[in-house]
Amino acid sequence: MMKLRELTLKETHDLLKAGEIGVVELTREYLDAIHENNPSINCYVTLCENEALNQAEEAQKRLSSGEENSALCGIPMGIKDNMCTYGVRTTCASKMLENFIPPYSSTAVDRLLKKGAVMLGKLNMDEFAMGSSTENTIFGPTRNPWNTEYVAGGSSGGSAAAVAANLAGFTLGSDTGGSIRQPAAFCGVVGLKPTYGLVSRYGLVAFASSLDQIGPLTKDVTDCALVMDEVVAHDPMDSTSVAWENGSFTEDLEKGVKGLSLGLPAEFFDSALDDGVRKAILKTIKLLEEQGASAQETALPGIKHAVPAYYLISSSEASANLARYDGIRYGHRSKAAKNIDEVYRSSRGEGFGREVKRRILLGTYALSSGYHDELYNKALKVRRIIANEFARAFEQFDVIIGPAYPTTAFKLGEKLEDPLKMYLSDIYTAGVNLAGLPGLVVPCGLDDKNMPIGIQLIGKPFSEKLLLRIGYAIEKAVGSFKALKNEGRA
Amino acid sequence: MEYDIIIGLEIHSELKTQSKVFCGCKNEFGGDPNTQCCPVCLGMPGTLPVLNKTALEYAIKAGLAMNCKISRFSKLDRKNFFYPDMPKAYQISQYDLPICYDGYVDIEVNGETKRIGIERIHIEEDAGKLVHDPYGQGTLIDYNRCGVPLIEIVTRPDIRSPEEARILFETIKSILEYTEVSDCRMQEGSIRADVNLSIRPKGTEAFGVRTEMKNLNSFRSVQRAAEAEAKRQAEVLRKGGVVIQETRRWDDNKGESFSMRGKEEAMDYRYFPEPDLVPIVVDDEWLESIKRSIPELPQSRRDRYINELGIPRYDANLITMNKRVADMFDAAVAVCGNAKTVSNWIMTDIMRRINDKGEAVLDSPLNGKRFGEILLFLEKGEITQASAKKVMDEVIETGAEPSEIIEKRGLKVQRDENLVLDAVRKVIQSNPQAFNDYVSGKEKAFGFLMGRVMGELKGKGDPAQVKEVLTRELQAASS
Repeated sequence: MMKLRELTLKETHDLLKAGEIGVVELTREYLDAIHENNPSINCYVTLCENEALNQAEEAQKRLSSGEENSALCGIPMGIKDNMCTYGVRTTCASKMLENFIPPYSSTAVDRLLKKGAVMLGKLNMDEFAMGSSTENTIFGPTRNPWNTEYVAGGSSGGSAAAVAANLAGFTLGSDTGGSIRQPAAFCGVVGLKPTYGLVSRYGLVAFASSLDQIGPLTKDVTDCALVMDEVVAHDPMDSTSVAWENGSFTEDLEKGVKGLSLGLPAEFFDSALDDGVRKAILKTIKLLEEQGASAQETALPGIKHAVPAYYLISSSEASANLARYDGIRYGHRSKAAKNIDEVYRSSRGEGFGREVKRRILLGTYALSSGYHDELYNKALKVRRIIANEFARAFEQFDVIIGPAYPTTAFKLGEKLEDPLKMYLSDIYTAGVNLAGLPGLVVPCGLDDKNMPIGIQLIGKPFSEKLLLRIGYAIEKAVGSFKALKNEGRA
Repeated sequence: MEYDIIIGLEIHSELKTQSKVFCGCKNEFGGDPNTQCCPVCLGMPGTLPVLNKTALEYAIKAGLAMNCKISRFSKLDRKNFFYPDMPKAYQISQYDLPICYDGYVDIEVNGETKRIGIERIHIEEDAGKLVHDPYGQGTLIDYNRCGVPLIEIVTRPDIRSPEEARILFETIKSILEYTEVSDCRMQEGSIRADVNLSIRPKGTEAFGVRTEMKNLNSFRSVQRAAEAEAKRQAEVLRKGGVVIQETRRWDDNKGESFSMRGKEEAMDYRYFPEPDLVPIVVDDEWLESIKRSIPELPQSRRDRYINELGIPRYDANLITMNKRVADMFDAAVAVCGNAKTVSNWIMTDIMRRINDKGEAVLDSPLNGKRFGEILLFLEKGEITQASAKKVMDEVIETGAEPSEIIEKRGLKVQRDENLVLDAVRKVIQSNPQAFNDYVSGKEKAFGFLMGRVMGELKGKGDPAQVKEVLTRELQAASS
């Protein structure tokens, strides 16, 4: 018999609505599965069992009484552990915040809870969202449900793995340079990094404020649209938040791709790209052409500078954003410290992991007088150039299409000792954050090791509905997540 | 060798908005420690600032009152440094695009007007306060002040004496009070100044090396600190030394300053644009409405007092310098009618009270209206000067109405001819020595006898009438 937790959000909602299943029963099934499977996947770092069951009962009442009709009501979800959750510890996978229990919730989580979504727990990540493998974490690495010798990607590795392992109906992740899209690609799920400003950042523990964006990871494209419908809203608590006035994210899904033009940047298909990934991407584009889309090669020459610009800007902002963890008010405080300087030094020295320290040092350096112009300011110029190149490309194409990452998932520990190599692989994702654009990753095939491959669609600001529409067409053509999974198992 | 003194001021002033600059917390002095803060002003993880538009409006208002240009496009920046009272470890401030720039303030020095350039005014957030733990060895932190909106006013180095520095500080404080953007309560530290000072041999052009003295919170300390620093620098040069660029701390009790940190230890603040806030755009309509909201400023009020009310320039200057005093003046004149009487009483009685006890009198029940009423009684000859003072004291103390006090204490002037005559005769009889002195031509004795009569009348006699009766009776008795 099919397990409830293998259903998509949409399918689950239909059954809940029809009264064929109950929210509590559904939630218990997810919790049982987490108890059974989390030890091998390690996607959850905090489980909210009692709270989840209480929320489930409440959601059931609201569904039964017809008070709440949201597709998310009663759906069990998981939240990346860098989004503040009232009364539930929010660690950012860091010793620094190991015992931090926020007295407030992030706007995004709050919106979902108000719609009746059930929060199962908090999900593993790279410390302060810095990393691409969910290995930089005090909780130990998250493993890829497709093959536990492989990483789940990062930094939202827990969010992607939880969806891939059917341990959440959907999850929220955050994406600063690819942190939703790359793990979505590695785990064969759908991941959307929305236009900058679309989802409120209030309560998202800041990594790089001008780049951070919350987005959903889901089992299919329809689910992604359903989550977007609830999580997107203008938030007066976030000055960079914008209002969405383009209707439901679900309404264009079935419109097809006929007449749409796809741009393939040469820089996304150079020699760095793994052959297996290339083949799957090109094959998928062929399928879209067969349905009436046109594809043409183009160029984004500035994108080759995206990685250095991204690391300079994100690390600079991080060096300020993470300065507040000083051991004074909350978070880790060194027991060895005897005076104020030692409180700073030792608390930060003990509380932050290596990768976080590396970024803080890089950012501090880039902003220092004498280097500011050469590093930080130059990176801002590159950012402008990249944004302009994308804008010009969108005069010609409806979307940019290509890979999300040069390879499929790599093995645990494989890149840990070579951070530079890890950084360089952000080449297809980081530019999208620099330009503030939306990027959608949907699964499009498997490589010869049976690991999933994701294809990335990049659009102009606020073109999420168009991206979801093309993603939906890909899903229909290639086969959904479930089909992919069955193929992988076969 | 003689030296020129070159001074520039940096003045920080809190803005009296209802709420803080980036969150909804109350902006109020006092309150139990850490009761006026929230996750946003405490810089908790994930929280975001939202700019208080009123704070921006007040900054623009202050800028317009100081003849500044207003940036149509500006932004906020992060100024990075660790300090326990600053919970984000950066201060949101403005770096290269301040909201106001390129203005000036005219000051009055020895009866002459001098123009001092204002380089910029920018907006920023205040920090919390460190408090020594009275019960232990540690330091406690009160974050109530965290996120209170501040403006920093940076003058050009146009000031040429410690006295000018003090007058400029007074003048700027008065402009901020007039525009009602700040309370300028000095005891509460809501306005404070840094003094940048250098000296150069008279007749030369190039500026010398400057030092900075931080956080001076009274007019007097600005002048004293500047005097002492000019002297110290001259001393260094005379001894053949060199002035080093440094930040110094002024100790007002000791009357001297101490080096805090040198140029090598100067902080690198690593400014960069605050990504959590969008750029500030000021449109025409808004700017015009702020312009229209600016009230009469001290200079034009002073000119009005001189030209329309005939108040001496010195007095007008002093009265208008403090908006609350000038408001009291206006209210009193409206009741009493005689501007000169009001100005005389303010210059003597009210200024004395301010000098003795600070601005407490301005917060007391002796408002302009009651002050004017008392002076009106005086004008009409219904009470004496001595009684007027007594009534003022009692209004301040009890808050009772002047007419009630006069009634209750029976302070109305005694004009009954018979009563006055009785008192005069009684005094002459009981003071033969003084009487004899008067007769022998000692004028002083008259004053003595006059005082005795007034005493006999319990201070309620009309001095003119008493004088007339006393003169008549003395002449009658001596002839």
